[in-house]
Parts: sequence; C-alpha cells; structure tokens
Amino acid sequence: MQVTPELPRWWHRFLSKPVFLKIALPVIIIISWEVLSVLIGNEFILPSIVSVLLVLSNPFADILGSGSLVGNAFVSLGRVLIGFMVAAVLAIPIGIGMGRSGRVHDFFDSTIQVFRPIPPLAWVPLALAWFRIGLLSMVFIIAIGAFFPILLNTLDGVKSIKKTWVEAAHTLGAKERQVLVKVVIPGAAPTIWTGLRVGFGIAWMCVVAAEMMPGTNSGIGYLIITSYNWGQVQVIIAGIVIIGIIGLGIDILFKIVERKKFMWRELDR
Amino acid sequence: MTLVLEDISKDFEQRNIRSSALLSINLEVGEKEFTCILGPSGCGKTTLLRIIAGLEKATTGKVILGGSIVTGPTSRTAMIFQDYSLFPWRTVLDNIAFGLEMKGVNEEERHKVASHYLDLIGLCGFGKNFPYELSGGMRQRVAVARALAIDPAVLLMDEPFGALDAQTRNMLQKQLLEIWDKTQKTVLFVTHSVDEAVFMSDKIIVLTNRPGTVKEVVNIDLPRPRDRTSQDFAKVRRYVLGLIDEPQSI
Repeated sequence: MQVTPELPRWWHRFLSKPVFLKIALPVIIIISWEVLSVLIGNEFILPSIVSVLLVLSNPFADILGSGSLVGNAFVSLGRVLIGFMVAAVLAIPIGIGMGRSGRVHDFFDSTIQVFRPIPPLAWVPLALAWFRIGLLSMVFIIAIGAFFPILLNTLDGVKSIKKTWVEAAHTLGAKERQVLVKVVIPGAAPTIWTGLRVGFGIAWMCVVAAEMMPGTNSGIGYLIITSYNWGQVQVIIAGIVIIGIIGLGIDILFKIVERKKFMWRELDR
Repeated sequence: MTLVLEDISKDFEQRNIRSSALLSINLEVGEKEFTCILGPSGCGKTTLLRIIAGLEKATTGKVILGGSIVTGPTSRTAMIFQDYSLFPWRTVLDNIAFGLEMKGVNEEERHKVASHYLDLIGLCGFGKNFPYELSGGMRQRVAVARALAIDPAVLLMDEPFGALDAQTRNMLQKQLLEIWDKTQKTVLFVTHSVDEAVFMSDKIIVLTNRPGTVKEVVNIDLPRPRDRTSQDFAKVRRYVLGLIDEPQSI
C-alpha cells in the first residue's frame, strides 16, 4: 500500500539543517524573479537574472559613460566616510557629556528630541539651498542621518556604566579626567560601537538617496538614477545588489571587531 | 594609621522628607586592627563605610585618618565592593595595576608590583585572563589585590563575600586573614553575618536598627586561628547574636 517515495537520506539531513531555512527564501525569490521576468517578457520592467549577472560580472566596465559599478561605489563610500566621521566626532563627545552631566544633558536634550524624528531626507531641499549641489550638501545629509544613532547609543552606554566602576576608580586614586579616559570611555565603548554600526548603516542609506539629488554626477545612487533615465533596469538592479553587498560587508566588519574587542560585555554577567 | 570617627550622622532627603540613616557615631579603629561593622540590613553600615572612603559626605561629624580629616577618596583607604567591580575590559594583571597606572607608574614597574599581589592572592598564572574567565571567589581576590596594590593604610570592605556560596566564603575568610597577617593592614569589614564577624575580627562594632548608632563594641579575644566548632566561639557568637534584633542569616 505504501506509495510514498523513499527520499534519499542526504535529502532528509539537508532539510533538517538550519542552512536549508537560511537559503530557502533567497532561492524562492530568485526562482519567482526568473519566472516573472519570462512571463512579463519586458526588459524595461523586469530584466532576467542573466542580464543583471552580466552587469555584475563586469564591475569595472564603464556604464553609459557614467563610470563603473566599483568606481561609483568607491565614490559613494568616500562620501559616507566623511559624513560618518563628522557625525561621530560631534555625537560621541556630546553623548559622553550628556551621560556624565545632568546640566549638559538638559542643555541638549530638548533640541535633540525635536530634531531626532525628522528623516534625513527631509533636509535635502535645505541642504541644496544652503550648500548647493555637491559634496558639502551630501555630507550634511549623511552626517544628520548618522548623528542620532551614534549620540543616543553613546548616551546610553555612558549612563549604563556601573556606578561602582567609577567609585572603585576614585578610591584607587583616579582623577576626573582619568575616570573619563580609563573607565567611562572603555566601559561605554561596546555600546558606542553599536551606535557607530547603526549610524554607518543609516549613513549608507542616506548617501544613495543624496546622490539621486539633481545635479550629482557620480556615485552609486547617481548611477542608478541615470540608468533609470536610460531605461537600463538591469543596471538599476545590479546597483541595488552592490549597495546591499557593501552594506552587509561593512556591517560584518563592525560585528567582527565587536566580537573581538568587546566580548566582555556579553560574558561579564 | 588610626581611624577616628567623630559624631558622624547622615540624613537622607527624599521628596522633602528627611530621614536619618546614621546618628552620631563615635568610634576609633586602631592600627592593624581587624574590625567588623555588624548590623541588620538597612542600618546604614554601608553608608558609614562609604563616608569613611570619602565617597559620601556625612551630614555632621568628621572622619579623621592618621590625624587628618578625610574630605574625599584618598589613596590611604581602598574600598572593596560586594559586586567586585573589576574592570571587565582589563586583564587581571591590568586590573590590579590600575591604581598604580593612575599614579603614573610605568608599565614594567606596575606589572612587577601587580604580579607580587597576584602571587599573594594565590592566582599567579591568571594575570593574562579576563575577569569573566574567573569564578566569583577568584574575582573578589583580584579586587583585594587591586586594593592592596596602592598600598593603602586601611582596607574598607563592604560585604565582600556576600555574593559567594558558603564554602567559597569560608575559604576566602581564611585567606583574607592570612593576607591581613602578611600585609599588616587595618581592615574595616562590613557584614551582616555574626558568624563571619566573630570568626574574623579583633573588634565588632554592633550597630542598631535605622538610624544606625553604635549599640556596643565587642572585643573578641579568641586565639587565632579560630575554631568555629569550639565552645568559646559558640559562646561569643551567642552573645553577639543576642545584640542584634534580626534573626541571623549567613
């Protein structure tokens, strides 16, 4: 009576592994994409995987006279780095100040609460009006995007420092400045790092949007918007894939450092 | 260095309600003495220790250490907290060397001193480990070494063994007495355990319920090392137990 076909053992083993769950959805997406692209049959709406892969396989080739995927990605990365550093240089000291002193906290808090919910892209017209098209306005938008997560995490990290760490340092002869450098900053470092990681992610999102502003002439965002104007949907998708890969790669780098340097946060319970 | 407390009181204010935590405490702790402050929880014994450490200000009265008034944390006293409060991002050796680093002692020199104290607490070989790799008892020993490394005159210990299991606790009590014997420090030890106080101290200062005042100072003349099971020990223990209102907890 038994009609259930016997599946090979390796297949059962494969199904029971978490790896299966992890790759299941991407496989479904890719298959449906390919099926849809065949059904639609219009490269200007949904190109086939092969044509996207073709673009991705020549990452150094010039596209529509706008530069290569890799070249433009590096331009974007450079902008993000500048904006991100500006944000970090401002947010970390302010966050530490707010965490350590009630008066500094009161001074900044209300302003921050007002500005925090404004999406970075709402600043685009103002950035254009103030700084014109160019690096400065992009850096401004990126910095605003990265500023708040860095600030709030720094504040949180400093506030959650154990009171007895600071007291122990004082009884062991540390001066205020030494407490700051030797206890507060290293103690808050893991949380500050989390803020930098989240901030970089947002900065990366902002740069792509900022590069779509009219008048820009380089960067991965620019490449995408130009490809749209030329109806090159496969380049748009390739650009999106590159954005995703770089964002993921940087996030992984942040996490590697976190695991190496700040292991104590998880283990010191 | 003798430690003298003159008329120490401490009031707390919460939502405009003043309450008294400590009320006019006078006492004297002799050099190289091992003194326990014993009292029910909430009697202000930790507050008293924090005032002596300079971490809190008394409302009235003064703390005089070796002839001069204590106004803030000084390197003549070192505090050991119940939660160890080691710096988890530093290795054991760098934790012990922290105080010396603050004084500007160079790395080679401070590691040499720190290694000496690492030996003293019986943890040589653990210098490169991180605190999270050690057990609770080991961590508290590191905290003791860290305090000793700045060579203070007085060690202030705030229920240092309170978070440990009974066996580890007994072992550390013995070990602390050995260290005390070797280093000849004045020790002021806060505890709520009568057994611990009788086992360790030359002198027990029994505090009353809140607001804490000195109820009685009990001198313990039992010969060292002490035997917990001896009749004399039990007698002293019973006497001290009678002085505190709350039932005893270990």
